[in-house]
Amino acid sequence: MNLLLLILIPLVTALAIWLVRTPQQVRLVAFAGAAVQFALSFGLLGAYRLARAGGNSQVFIFQQQYQWFPSWGISFHVGVDGIAVAMIILTAFIVMAGVLVSWTVTKMTKEFYLLLILLSLGAYGFFISLDLFVLFFFLEVAVIPKYLLIGIWGSGKKEYAAGKLALMLMLGSALVLVGMLGMYFGSGADKTFNLVALSGQAIPATVQQICFPLLFAGFGIFTALFPFHTWVPDGHSSAPTAGSMFLAGISMKLGGYGCLRVAVYLLPAGAKAYGDVVIVLAAIAILYGAFATMLQRDLKYMNAYSSISHCGFVLLGIGMLTQTALTGAVMQMVSHGVMTALFFAVIGMLYQRTHTRQINEMGGLMRVMPFITTVLFFTGLCSLGLPGLSGFVAEMTIFTGSWQNPGSFYRAAVIVSCMSIVVTAVYILRAIGKVAMGPLPKQFELLTDAAWYEKAAAVLLLAGILAIGLAPGWLNSLVSPATELIMQKINATSAGIK
Amino acid sequence: MNELLLLMKHELAITAIIFILLFIKIGGWITGQKMLLLIQVLLLLNTAIGFMWVQEGSLFGGLYKTSLLTVYQKNILNLGVLLIAFLFTPWFKQCVNMAEFFVLLLSALLGLFFLLSSTNLLMFYLSLELASIPVAAMVSFQLPGKASAEAGVKMILSAAFASGILLFGISLVYGATGTIAFDELAALTNTSNLQVLAFVFLFAAFGFKLSIVPFHLWTADVYQGAPVATAAFLSVISKGAFAFVFITILYKVFLPLQAVWYPLLLALSIITMLVGNLFALRQQNMQRFLAFSSIAQVGFILAAISSNSVAGASAVLYFVLVYVFSNLAAFAVAGMVLAHTGRKDIGDYKGLYQSNPFLSWMLALALFSLAGVPPAAGFFAKLFLITAGAQKASYWYVIIIALNLVLSLYYYLRIVRAVFMDKAQEPMAAIPIPVQVKIGLIVCTIGIMMTGLLGQVYDYIVAIS
Repeated sequence: MNLLLLILIPLVTALAIWLVRTPQQVRLVAFAGAAVQFALSFGLLGAYRLARAGGNSQVFIFQQQYQWFPSWGISFHVGVDGIAVAMIILTAFIVMAGVLVSWTVTKMTKEFYLLLILLSLGAYGFFISLDLFVLFFFLEVAVIPKYLLIGIWGSGKKEYAAGKLALMLMLGSALVLVGMLGMYFGSGADKTFNLVALSGQAIPATVQQICFPLLFAGFGIFTALFPFHTWVPDGHSSAPTAGSMFLAGISMKLGGYGCLRVAVYLLPAGAKAYGDVVIVLAAIAILYGAFATMLQRDLKYMNAYSSISHCGFVLLGIGMLTQTALTGAVMQMVSHGVMTALFFAVIGMLYQRTHTRQINEMGGLMRVMPFITTVLFFTGLCSLGLPGLSGFVAEMTIFTGSWQNPGSFYRAAVIVSCMSIVVTAVYILRAIGKVAMGPLPKQFELLTDAAWYEKAAAVLLLAGILAIGLAPGWLNSLVSPATELIMQKINATSAGIK
Repeated sequence: MNELLLLMKHELAITAIIFILLFIKIGGWITGQKMLLLIQVLLLLNTAIGFMWVQEGSLFGGLYKTSLLTVYQKNILNLGVLLIAFLFTPWFKQCVNMAEFFVLLLSALLGLFFLLSSTNLLMFYLSLELASIPVAAMVSFQLPGKASAEAGVKMILSAAFASGILLFGISLVYGATGTIAFDELAALTNTSNLQVLAFVFLFAAFGFKLSIVPFHLWTADVYQGAPVATAAFLSVISKGAFAFVFITILYKVFLPLQAVWYPLLLALSIITMLVGNLFALRQQNMQRFLAFSSIAQVGFILAAISSNSVAGASAVLYFVLVYVFSNLAAFAVAGMVLAHTGRKDIGDYKGLYQSNPFLSWMLALALFSLAGVPPAAGFFAKLFLITAGAQKASYWYVIIIALNLVLSLYYYLRIVRAVFMDKAQEPMAAIPIPVQVKIGLIVCTIGIMMTGLLGQVYDYIVAIS
C-alpha cells in the first residue's frame, strides 16, 4: 500500500477543482475525490490487517522515506500504525460526509471545496507522517483553510471567531515547535526530527520534563485542553456546517493524536511526571464543558461545549497511562469525531430549514422531518453514552482503563468525570425533546425532510457510529497493539528510573 | 583579461546596461513603453548571464573576490531586480524619467555587487557608498509628492550618518590593527577595548542598513514616502545584500569578538522582531505596514546569524531567496492597487477579492509566506532561521521567537481578512493586469511554492556556504 496516495489524491482533487468551471462540476469532482479517498482508506485498513496477519511486527508499516532537507536531518518519512489507520478512516468518513452536506453551498463554491479538500490533505498528511518536521508542516497546512472557511462562509461573529481560532491554533503550533526543537537539540548526538529514530533514543529526563508540557499544551490547544479551550465554542458555532464537522471531527483529533504520538510516545518520562496534571485538567474540562453545555440555548454552541467535555475524555485517557485507557482515548477520538460531525451535520440541516439554531424557537419537528430528527436522536443518544452506540464503548473503555490505576486520586478523577454523564443526559434529552417533540410552530409546517445528499451523509456517519457501537472489536484490535507498544515504552522508562 | 571578464561578469553586465541606457536616453531614440520593454529584456539577459560561466577567483591584488557564494548572492539580487522591473510596470509607465530611475537602481545594485565581493574595508566602504547614495535619489523619485522628497532627505541624512559612523569605526580598526584587509584582520582582532569600540561603530552602521532596532527609525517613513519600486528595492535587494555582508564580517573579521556580539545579537533580535511586530499591528498604510513587517523579519535573520554556524548562514541565504519572491509579490500587489486607484490604506483593500481574485490570491500567498505558513516557502525559511538560532540559545529565547510568529500571523491575517471577508462601501474596480506583471507574479508564485517543497534548493545553498 502506497501511503503517498493518501496525499496525492486530495492534491489531484484540489487541482481538478481549480480547473473545472461550473459549481456542479466542482461538486462532482470533490465528491469523486472524497469517494476515491474513502475507498482508499478502507483499502488501507484491509492491507494493514493483511500485513499484520502476515506477521509484520514493525511498529510502523508501509514506511517510505525520502530525503528532504538532509542537512537538518529532515526526511519525508511516512508510515502508519493502528492508531493512524483508525484516524485516517475517521477522516475519510468526515470528508465524504462534509462534501455531501455542502452540496447546496452557492457562495464561491469552488473556493469552498478547494479549502475543504486542502484541509483534509493536511489531516491525512499529519496522520501518516513519521518525521516531526513533516508532521508540523501538515499541522500548519490545516490552519489557514480553517481560518478562511470560517471567515468567509461562516455566520455570526465569524471574523472574530476565525481570527481567534487561527491565533490560538498558531499558538499551539508555536509551543509544539519549541518542544520539537528541544527534542531535536536535546535528544543526543545525531540531531534528527525522525519519530522512529527519536523513539529509539533515550532522551534525557531533564529534556523530557521541559518538552513534554510544551508539546502537550501545544497539541492540547488543538483538542480543547482546559484552559485553552476558548476557541472551540466561537470557532465551531461560527463555522459553516462542513467547517464545524471538520473542526470537531478532524482538527481536534489532530491534537489528540499529536499528544499521544509525539508527547507521550516520545517522552514517556515526561508523561509520567505530568500525567497527574493532565488528569486534573481533563477532569475540569469534562465537568466544566458539561455544565457549560447545559446553559447553551444555541444548538451549535451546545455541541461545541459538549465537544470540550467529550475531548476531555480523550485527554483523561491519555493522562491515565494505562493500556486500556489509551485504547479508550483513541476509540473516543474516532467515536467523538463521527458523532460530533453527524451532530453538526444535523444542526446544519435544521438551520437550513428553520433558519434558527435557538432551541427554544424549534419544536415538534419530528412531524415534518422524521428522518432528520431520528438521526438527531441517534447522535444525541450516542453523545450521552447509550450502550450500542459508539460513545458508550469508548467512554466505558476509558473508565475501565482509568480504574485500573490504583490510588484514590485516580479513582476520584474517574468519579468526577463520570458525573458529567448525568449532566450530558440532562442537556441532550432536554434539547432533543424540545426540538423534536411538542407543538409544531406554524411557520415550520411546510418544511421538507432531508434531501438525498443529506440522507447519504447522515447514513454514512450513522453507519460509523453503529459500527463502533455494535461491534467495537475491529477498532479495538486495530488500536490496542499500537497502544500496547506505547505502554511498553512507558513501563520501560519507569523501570529505568527506579 | 579573460579572467577579469569572467570573474567580474556581474558587475560588467550591469555597467554595460547602465551605459546603454544612458546613451539611449541622451539620444532620445527610444522612449516610454519600448524603453521599459528594452530594460526588461536587458535585465533578463543580465540575469541569465549571471548563471553562466561561473568561475571562482580574486582580482586586484585580493581586493575583489568571486566565489560560488558571491555568485549565488548576486544572482539572487539580479533576480530580484529583474522581478522589480516586471512587477512595477504600471508605476514605470507613469514615471516620467524611467530610464534615470533604472540607471540609479542599477548603480545601487552595482554598489551592492562590489560590496559582496569586497575583501577589504576600503573596498567595502566605497561600494557601500555607491549602494546608498543612488537609493536616496530613488526614494525621492515620486517627483510631485512632498512625502517622497521628505523621505529622500531622511534617507540621505541617515545614510550619511551611518557612513560617518562606519568610517570612524574603520579608522579605529585600522588604528588598532594596522590593516584593513579582511583576511589579515581575522588574525588580529581581539577583545581589547579599542577594538570592541570599533566593532560597535561598524555594527551601528549595519544596524542602519538592516534597520535593526534601535537604528530603524528611518525605515517606516522612507518606505511610506518612497515610490513602491524603491521601497521594494530597499526592503528586499538592499537588505538582503547587507545581511549577506553582515555574516561575512561577523563570521570572518570579528569572530574573536564572538563573546561580545553573541549576546548583543540575541538581545537585538528579540527587540527588533518585537518592535517590528508590535508596530505593524496598528499600521493603516500598506507601505508602512510592509516596512514594519520587514523590520520584524530582520529580527528573525539576526536570530539565525547569532548562532555563528554554517546552518545559520545558509538559513539566511535561503531566507533572502524566499523573501525576494514573497516580499516582492506583496509590494507588487500594493503597487498595482496604488497605481490604478491611488489607494494605499489597508482599509481600502476591503472586498478586493470580489473584483480582483488574482491579485487577492497573490497577496494572500505572499503574506502567508511572510508569516511562515506552509506550504509557502516562507514556512521553511522561518523554521530554518529559528532552528539555527535555537542551536545555542535557551528555551526562553526560542519560546519568545515562537510567540513572535503568532503575533506576526495576527497582522498578516488582518490584511487577509480585509481582502477576503470584509465588505467594502465602494469596492475597488477590477484592475487590469499588464502581461509583464502577470509573468512576474507567476514567477513569484512558482518561487514561493517550489523553493520550499524542493529540498534541493536548500541543499545547494548549504553546499556553497
